[in-house]
Amino acid sequence: MNCNDILPSLRARKLSCRFGARVAVDGLDLDLHPGEVLGLLGPNGAGKSTTMQMLSGNLAPYSGRVEICGVDLSEQPEAAKTHLGYLPEIPPLYRELKVSEFLRFVARLHRVSKADLDAAVRQAMQRCSLGEVAQRLIGNLSKGYRQRVGIAQAIVHNPSVIILDEPTAGLDPLQIREIRELIGELGRTHSVILSTHILAEAEALCDQVLILNQGRTMFSGGMDDLCQQWQEDGPRAGAGNGLEEMFVRLTHQESPR
Amino acid sequence: MIFTIAAKELRILFASPLAWIILGVLQLLLAWLFLNQVDAFIGVQGQLHQFANPPGVTEMVVAPLFGATAMILLVITPVLAMRLIAEERRNHTLPLLLSAPISLGAIVMGKFLGLWLFLCLLIALAAAMALVLLAGGSLDVGLLLAGLSGLLMLAACLASLDLYFSSLTAHPAVAAISGIGAALGLWLLDIAAQDIAPLHAFSLLQHFGRSNRGLLDSADMGYFLLFTATFLVLTVLRLDRERLP
Repeated sequence: MNCNDILPSLRARKLSCRFGARVAVDGLDLDLHPGEVLGLLGPNGAGKSTTMQMLSGNLAPYSGRVEICGVDLSEQPEAAKTHLGYLPEIPPLYRELKVSEFLRFVARLHRVSKADLDAAVRQAMQRCSLGEVAQRLIGNLSKGYRQRVGIAQAIVHNPSVIILDEPTAGLDPLQIREIRELIGELGRTHSVILSTHILAEAEALCDQVLILNQGRTMFSGGMDDLCQQWQEDGPRAGAGNGLEEMFVRLTHQESPR
Repeated sequence: MIFTIAAKELRILFASPLAWIILGVLQLLLAWLFLNQVDAFIGVQGQLHQFANPPGVTEMVVAPLFGATAMILLVITPVLAMRLIAEERRNHTLPLLLSAPISLGAIVMGKFLGLWLFLCLLIALAAAMALVLLAGGSLDVGLLLAGLSGLLMLAACLASLDLYFSSLTAHPAVAAISGIGAALGLWLLDIAAQDIAPLHAFSLLQHFGRSNRGLLDSADMGYFLLFTATFLVLTVLRLDRERLP
């Protein structure tokens, strides 16, 4: 289910979302090509999860449009969603099912053919190191394993675009490292968007960053551009490393630059 | 797609003790009622030949058994339906379905079908009890089938009604209580319908009662289909509304 290499696999234009009078996301533009990893950064409440909900079709935007592999998400939702894998902030897991049963169900939902079902489930479990818990009930798994099942359900149908909302939240350092390696591996062949507020994670994984604050885009571009901008602005005395300093500056200023 | 979701619903249902307990308790209750009816029938059987057109065993045993099944369905369906959407919302699993390439209609139909198939199993068990009577005599097959189809249609109506209640809330208990309230309301309507004729048209049990007496009326079938479709559509609309901020 890979889409054309020339088109961006995910494109959002002037994406906005309002809850009543409060503007949660304001005019967000985004382009993501195959083989790129985009980090969505921002303080809590900046609109990261809302953006991801809109990109995954869980929330209808107030205005603006989303295209996945050139297919408009609001006009042809089913065709667009075949290219999409989504891990929400809280992994959507059925506690009553076994890991392998659950992944089979998700693969069927995403139209993986019966013939490819076993192979797809096996590959997803192998990628997320779930082999030893394949026959256990999801409700009995530890948080780390549940998070991995959550990632496995997002990649089991081999989608072009993978959206991961805080994939490493609440994991121990060893698990974080494993998940990061997995995301790095996925990022070579797929388009990945991940949200995080751990800056080191973004620095290690992402080619592109998009920094949000109060729904507005404060910075969008390559990781290198961000570092360059930091060099030009001139580091302040006593400040942290480049990304952290830029993050603090960008999320404290009032108007986007 | 619809069947994938229906199969998942059934699997989750049977993974919990709820389904098994409901099946067990229902069998116990129905067996008690059934034996009572058989007993009563045997008691009066000797005098029946005095009538010009005596009621048969199907009319005296099977019809009341199906009537009791209908009443039990009214109360049990909300309990089974409450989890269908409310619990998904509570456990934050709805995004899994909403970001998959399936329409809301297919999601709702899948859930409806899963529940209805389970209710069909309940009804099949009640029917099996009635069929045991074949060991000792003959049954009025037409009457039996009419009653059965009435039960199946009633189950579809209740499944869609309670699915809709489940889509309104994130608390399964609230969904169940609304469903039971609506069921009791429909039952009260049935009692009131004896005095106020126009209410006849709205009462679920009135429509079921006719088919349980052996009368398969296309108006009743139309009512059942319309009732089911209405609440399925309302459920789809409710879920669609949820995507809006």
